[in-house]
Amino acid sequence: MCLGIPGEIVELIPGQPELAKVEVAGVRRAINVGLVNQDGIRPGDWVLVHVGFAMSKIDEREAAATLELLRGLGQAYTDELEALAESDIT
Amino acid sequence: MSDRTVHTAEWAERALAEAAHHEPASREEQVLERIERARRRRPKITEERVTLAHGAGGKASRTLIEAVFVEAFRNPVLQPLDDGATLDLGTGRLVFTTDAYVVSPLFFPGGDIGDLAVNGTVNDLAVCGARPMYLSAAFVLEEGFPLADLRRITASMADAAERAGVKVVTGDTKVVQRGKADGCYVTTAGVGALERPVTLGESQVRPGDAVIVSGPIGEHGITVLIARGDLDIEADLTSDTAPLHDAVAALLDAVPVRMMRDATRGGVATVLNEVARGAGVAVTVDERALPVRPIVSGACELLGLDPLYVACEGRFVAVVDGDHAEAAVTALRRHPVGEGAAVVGRIEPGPPGMVLLNTAFGGTRIVDLLVGDPLPRIC
Amino acid sequence: MRFVDEYRDAGEARRLAARIRELCEPGRRYTFMEVCGGHTHTIYKHGLEDHLPESVSLVHGPGCPVCVIPMGRVDDAIAIAREPGVIMTSFGDMMRVPGGQGSFFDAKAAGADIRMVYSPLDALKIARQNPERTVVFMAIGFETTAPSTAMTVLRAAAEGIGNFAVFCNHVTIIPAIKAILDSPDLRLDGFIGPGHVSTVIGCRPYSFIARDYGKPLVCAGFEPLDVLQSVYLLLRQLAEGRAEVENQYTRVVPWDGNQRALSAISQVMELRPHFEWRGLGFIAHSALRMREAYAAYDAETRFPVPGVRVADPKACQCGEVLKGVLKPWECKVFGTACTPETPIGTCMVSSEGACAAYYNFGRFTRRREPVPLALGPRP
Repeated sequence: MCLGIPGEIVELIPGQPELAKVEVAGVRRAINVGLVNQDGIRPGDWVLVHVGFAMSKIDEREAAATLELLRGLGQAYTDELEALAESDIT
Repeated sequence: MSDRTVHTAEWAERALAEAAHHEPASREEQVLERIERARRRRPKITEERVTLAHGAGGKASRTLIEAVFVEAFRNPVLQPLDDGATLDLGTGRLVFTTDAYVVSPLFFPGGDIGDLAVNGTVNDLAVCGARPMYLSAAFVLEEGFPLADLRRITASMADAAERAGVKVVTGDTKVVQRGKADGCYVTTAGVGALERPVTLGESQVRPGDAVIVSGPIGEHGITVLIARGDLDIEADLTSDTAPLHDAVAALLDAVPVRMMRDATRGGVATVLNEVARGAGVAVTVDERALPVRPIVSGACELLGLDPLYVACEGRFVAVVDGDHAEAAVTALRRHPVGEGAAVVGRIEPGPPGMVLLNTAFGGTRIVDLLVGDPLPRIC
Repeated sequence: MRFVDEYRDAGEARRLAARIRELCEPGRRYTFMEVCGGHTHTIYKHGLEDHLPESVSLVHGPGCPVCVIPMGRVDDAIAIAREPGVIMTSFGDMMRVPGGQGSFFDAKAAGADIRMVYSPLDALKIARQNPERTVVFMAIGFETTAPSTAMTVLRAAAEGIGNFAVFCNHVTIIPAIKAILDSPDLRLDGFIGPGHVSTVIGCRPYSFIARDYGKPLVCAGFEPLDVLQSVYLLLRQLAEGRAEVENQYTRVVPWDGNQRALSAISQVMELRPHFEWRGLGFIAHSALRMREAYAAYDAETRFPVPGVRVADPKACQCGEVLKGVLKPWECKVFGTACTPETPIGTCMVSSEGACAAYYNFGRFTRRREPVPLALGPRP
């Protein structure tokens, strides 16, 4: 129901602690970080952007863990396929 | 809540009464067939006033054109509703076309309303197979419009005309009261000579043909959207406005071409739908093959837009003999405007009238005409 | 794009799909509801259903904020937009939503000043630039969007901007899910939970779904692999006889939500006793209104709001579609009287509405037997 896009914080705006410049694939816009800046927002952080607000700081470790899990699931399947191919019972 | 009056929307009840004779919904296939029948019916205008959607190049535009303009002007030359009309004068064939330009802002990164008005008409002639030759230019100016801006626009028109090898040979000027127009509107018409013995058009398209896009899509539309300033977005992006006549000529020399169309309002998706519908074929597109620059994808993701529907002003779609697809791309890539050319899809026999996209994720979906402009969305 | 592209990989999808097939018990049918319209959009945009076995069926839930806006509220908003000196603003999504007397676009064509914004902060900017006008922001959306409206009101108050008001139509997701679970005519095996709402409310509020109704819910991200993995996690819960709330979208969703966002909402807004949902009727405590303390920013107190209720057209089955009881194509008027050009129901308007998504993307691409839902008598 809500379009949210990951963007990278590229610049804090001096004198305006609620604002930061975010970049999505080379597209930049000032967004409001008032909902997440208690976590200490710094350039290089990634946030989820919705209607000009950062809704959440993206947890890079969790992102990597999710991908690892996904690839793990896939790998198990690939291994089975290879095992199947070797055992020649299809 | 009891003090509130309850009524039903009249228009909705009318529409429902019209649909009432349909049998109750049954199997999915039957329902889909019924929908296709409904889609083939002559469009009817339901609105009482013109809305912005009527100018967006999608379904609403098509309805307006067919229900108002074709209805009034019906004739065999108009009927194919191509980018230009092909006129046989006995001594030779001419292509004749016209277009009005109302872009806002008038100046944007990579161009302005002036070169847009020249390139757009040059391109309409080129994709009809003609060598662009002469243009007319008519200006509707708002009282108070800065003369310096007008000079800037005409200078850029002159440059664009020189680049395209055409001459602006006639014109007109009208001034309207302040507030009655948005600065400056330009209308250009153009004629070109159809010197090659080719027949182009949807009727030439057949299954097995390849679909080619001449370069990265969506750059003009996103540039103008950002240049308007309402979205407060910055991006290092310029309009793709450019004359296509050289690249088109090279393509025509290199391979058997069935048809071409420049992908302006409504983007590549709209052109593909016109091909599918006009030729009674299906167009299958491979999402991974579509040339889209990352920055355009990024802007589209952020705004909830689909680059397939975003306007270009220097890109065209060509349908060519499927056996010559690679040669077509090679020929196009020799020209700066065709550097990013790619084979993006194929013509299939059916389902007729449909554009299907094989997604990068490994699925399939329909690419339909939009009703109006693609709108930024938050949902 | 980082955090996007890696979740769109077709190879990974095929491998995951194989694991999903393994988890399906032969002969058993599975029906999951994706609560959120954003998921509906993802599913169709990427052709995700092509990766699912036939026995797994996805039904589309009520989480499309424009789809659940009753026609009467659109009419109310248009009435406010027609008040002298008003500039009405809203997201692009709202522009085509039909009320009893037409849409924002129609009202705009008839002279009302209605503008599209990307952010409520942009509406506030328009207020700053037009001190002699009153700028009304038509706020729509679930808990994801409500904090941004609240923050904008707080900003307006801090800056002392008096010519800004909110027409508040924010809704809350939990009562809607509960209404669906209590609906007698639907059997679901689990929920794909709304990831972006959960960034605000966290995962705890869903625990009653597992505890009281014995259904699993997986809070899911919006890239296609996220959704596919969530289907896998739901099936694994069922296979292991569990019914729990799981969080697939850990990179974005903290288990406890965003306290700052929640307190911004509760500072500015309070629950309404009840609110009408399109197709679902009145649901208690399912929407937000402005608090008394912020009455100065409340369009409902600043302007006369007609509050006319417009009954849904009788043949329109949006309610059943929103509850997931009917597939879009099973609605009597789908695709014939109700199309994206002439939408009768709101499900046909928003690109994430179940009907529009199916009409625009889904037709023809999924030629397989529809999965019959366990239906009781229709109300």
